[in-house]
Amino acid sequence: MIEPFVITTEPLDPAPLVAAVQTPDDGAVVTFSGVVRNQFGGRPTAFLVYEAYAEMAVPVLRQIADEARARWPIGRVCVHHRVGRLEIGETAVLVVVAAPHRDAAFAAAAYIMDRIKEIAPIWKQEHWADGTAEWRE
Amino acid sequence: MITVTVRFFAGHRDIVGRAEAQYTLTEGTTLGQLWEQLIAEYPRLAGYTGRLLFAVNQQFAQPATVLSDGDEVAFIPPVSGGRSDDV
Repeated sequence: MIEPFVITTEPLDPAPLVAAVQTPDDGAVVTFSGVVRNQFGGRPTAFLVYEAYAEMAVPVLRQIADEARARWPIGRVCVHHRVGRLEIGETAVLVVVAAPHRDAAFAAAAYIMDRIKEIAPIWKQEHWADGTAEWRE
Repeated sequence: MITVTVRFFAGHRDIVGRAEAQYTLTEGTTLGQLWEQLIAEYPRLAGYTGRLLFAVNQQFAQPATVLSDGDEVAFIPPVSGGRSDDV
């Protein structure tokens, strides 16, 4: 059984989430993976540290999915966000949306990701290659 | 008097130097007044005024929200950059 909204220190794998959201009603499953990049604004990144107010972030993720469901005809949604130290190329967040049709699935996945970055209490600390670090805010 | 727990995250925790603290307040104190009290204690927090979110008991709240005994308060610094070019 896959929990739909999760904050975890474990590596993220999209396959079980895709399987969990899909029902016979769905003609589309959109998966967005947010991945750690090797630079920001041309400045080399060594790694990232994510932190969450987990007790609040999980209900906020559920609220954001409900907002999307009120706007588009979508089915099941899974959002899993990783916390702790992440290396370049690792997945920080997965947003997986099933819907009868692709337009709604694409739109809802984009909306959910935008809202996560607006209101979900999850923070990112950039550790630069030069050894300094700063919270991205 | 009431006692509330304040949780600090990310840049706030770095400034305050701990992840949570208890505050004893007069009854009727609002979230906004507690934030002002924290700024007085930790002036480096002042730069966050106007660009943070407030939460009481894991729910978003407003500066005018009146605090109750036992509340868990969080002042949420801006999250994950917030720019669409970020991911």
